Amino acid sequence: MRTSFNNILASGNIFIWGCAAGVSVSLLMVFGLLLLIAINGLGYFWTSDIVELTLKDQQRVMGQLAGREVIPRSVTSDRPEGKSRLRVKIGNRDIYGLDFKWVNDDQVVSQAYPTDVVLLERREWGNMYARIKAIYKGETLQAEGNDSGWIALAPLIDSTNALHQRITRIERVEIGAMNADIEQARLKIRALEMNASTPDTRDRGKIESLKAQVADAESRYQEKTLELDTLRTQFNEYSALMVDANGREKQIPIGQIIRALRPNEMGLMHKSWIYLTNVWDVLSTEPREANTEGGIFPAIFGTVMMVIIMSLVVVPFGVLAALYLREYARQGVMVRLVRIAVNNLAGVPSIVFGVFGLGFFVYAVGGTLDQLFFPERLPTPTFGTGGILWASLTLALLTVPVVIVSTEEGLAAVPREFREGSLALGATKLETMLKVVIPSALPGILTGLILAMARAAGEVAPLMLTGVVKLAPSLPIDGSWPFLHFDRKFMHLGFHIYDVGFQSPNVEAAKPMVYITTLVLITVVVLLNLTAIVLRNHLRKKYAGSVL
Amino acid sequence: MPPTPVLPQQSFHSHGLDSQRLNVQNSPHQSSDHNSKAHAVKLTLNQVNFFYGSRQSLFNIDMNIVQNQVTSFIGPSGCGKSTLLRCLNRLNDLIEGTRLEGTMLLDGMNIYGPDVDITDLRKRVGMVFQKSNPFPKSIYENVAYGPRLHGIKNRGQLDQIVEEGLKGAGLWDEVKDRLHVSAFGLSGGQQQRLCIARALAVKPDVLLMDEPCSALDPVATAKIEELLFSLKQDLTVVIVTHNMQQAARVSDWTTFMYLGEVVEFGLTKQLFTTPSKKQTEDYITGRFG
Repeated sequence: MRTSFNNILASGNIFIWGCAAGVSVSLLMVFGLLLLIAINGLGYFWTSDIVELTLKDQQRVMGQLAGREVIPRSVTSDRPEGKSRLRVKIGNRDIYGLDFKWVNDDQVVSQAYPTDVVLLERREWGNMYARIKAIYKGETLQAEGNDSGWIALAPLIDSTNALHQRITRIERVEIGAMNADIEQARLKIRALEMNASTPDTRDRGKIESLKAQVADAESRYQEKTLELDTLRTQFNEYSALMVDANGREKQIPIGQIIRALRPNEMGLMHKSWIYLTNVWDVLSTEPREANTEGGIFPAIFGTVMMVIIMSLVVVPFGVLAALYLREYARQGVMVRLVRIAVNNLAGVPSIVFGVFGLGFFVYAVGGTLDQLFFPERLPTPTFGTGGILWASLTLALLTVPVVIVSTEEGLAAVPREFREGSLALGATKLETMLKVVIPSALPGILTGLILAMARAAGEVAPLMLTGVVKLAPSLPIDGSWPFLHFDRKFMHLGFHIYDVGFQSPNVEAAKPMVYITTLVLITVVVLLNLTAIVLRNHLRKKYAGSVL
Repeated sequence: MPPTPVLPQQSFHSHGLDSQRLNVQNSPHQSSDHNSKAHAVKLTLNQVNFFYGSRQSLFNIDMNIVQNQVTSFIGPSGCGKSTLLRCLNRLNDLIEGTRLEGTMLLDGMNIYGPDVDITDLRKRVGMVFQKSNPFPKSIYENVAYGPRLHGIKNRGQLDQIVEEGLKGAGLWDEVKDRLHVSAFGLSGGQQQRLCIARALAVKPDVLLMDEPCSALDPVATAKIEELLFSLKQDLTVVIVTHNMQQAARVSDWTTFMYLGEVVEFGLTKQLFTTPSKKQTEDYITGRFG
């Protein structure tokens, strides 16, 4: 018995089985996680049918089914299957105050899918599930009844959506530009006043002309506000009187409606089309309602831009450091100590980097920049507060050890023959580095970049201290001078997950958003990495080893 | 180039090889010398000692290397022939803790002199390595690498240098249609000849070859050996080889080294037919090594 056990041990099969089991468990965990996220996230875009439940007390509940579960503690010995209950998304938060409702199975008398129920996606208060009673223009009746109301509704929604776009444009772009002009001029006046304690005539002349500019911009601003007011009245001109399953009425302006659907009469094709538009909307629009609705475009943009800025900083620094350590420094105790320190830096918790970033970049560097270059704006900080630049630099610090280590490995893998061949042709060490060694080490450098990007895109803790916000009013890149606004705060997918999932007033409604944001974050990281991997493979092919 | 005197005969002795009288005038190789530069001394080694840290690996080397001739270093592994070769273009400088004593003159200039520009020296003394080491670039860029380093930017001029280099290495006809594909697509022998072309492109006076054929098949080896005959018309070749037949075939002069010392140095024909030392005879007849 003992010998056979020893034989099994000696054959090594157990070891191989153990390894295989380890790999399988890891793969299962990875794919299980991805599957969970994908199913929960992608399901959100699907418009499911609206069910109308009639309960024993003659009350009706209308909404989309969101799940079914066994009631806790309902399982007894005489009823082992327990009682179950339905979770229904009833919407109409402005009427009921809640988005979801539990309905016990044994309460339900009948269940129907009436084709005439309308789903309204609204700018505020979430979805509404109701029937149309009437459409009004001001006080006058335009259409009455569910079906004629439905026909009248569609073109009205199209026109209000167009109006909404125009209003947003005026508010954001035109009035935004005027505000920027006024602010610029005001700051210039302030700077002139600060510079000269006794303003001479030339300064006074400048101040006068600037004040005239301000006045001019303000009058233009007044005109625009008038235009806006007329647009807003048009926007709220029409309204729809809706009636819910129990006959409660609610009048809502058409301007509040983004889209009206009748899911129960939609075919598969139509639903698929709506699915695709939903996906696109989430990817391309801004969030609404404390981030629980709408899109996540600013967060995607912020994440990608931050990772790119970080890469631009971390690669040169990491590569230079690695070059020095590997090629120029005298290999000895000192270099070994530096190497150990660099490797340990990779293990420091990220929040520590966040605190350092806040103390060093934001307060010390940013505060000094403000004192030197933007004194007229003080006490409002420009760079002396969190921003995308400081967040990127903090993450660059966090990831520089990874780049150093893999660049060193890449440099070590460059064959000695390449260096000697180059030197023997009369090249200097620097020429050899630039023309032969670094190009051959590029795959290693890119591996470092890939690891750095993957780590940086997923970090949240240091960003919370150095510039991320739950809702950024504008992107770090826009059409106003100087186009790239490194001082601006930004949104980030990782922080968005935390904010939507755990800081939101309506956690239940936001749950799908958490999954979607996670899915998008993973996709963004994978795409960024794939770009680098494709580039690396291309270089590998180019610099493949010699045939000998 | 300063005129160098006809070899004084005592220059050829090493470790009491006085009996090895070499009558250069009667040398059979005289007929193969193509120009008046024949018999001028290109490199003079005088009492060269070389140390890796505290370990001495070359002992009192005295040698003259003749212009426009092929000189081969033979000897068993670890005898110091590659070390000696790498001293000639100061490639050993890259290894920390190495030290050289004695003098090495290239056309009368001390290679290890304080005012020597190493890159300039390496431009004059080219090298081909044991393992072919083309850069991960195209064939054209490999050959143009040296000239570009030395400041030639004109495209036409570069094209001409590349063509000359490849023709000099006997590779032009094989690669002229694919100059811009990766050098790694070439066969082993072609890669080695590309390395020769790359070395020729900087127009060196001396070409050092460190066992250039050890990784090649007989056909590729034969091509490189043929090449040596044409190369020596324009430059001086020093070749390290393990293969005694090769040394006998390609070189005019042969040095037999053992344990860091030069045992015997002389005209190849004489060294292989009538070696004056017992050790040399044992080695070339295969009794040891």
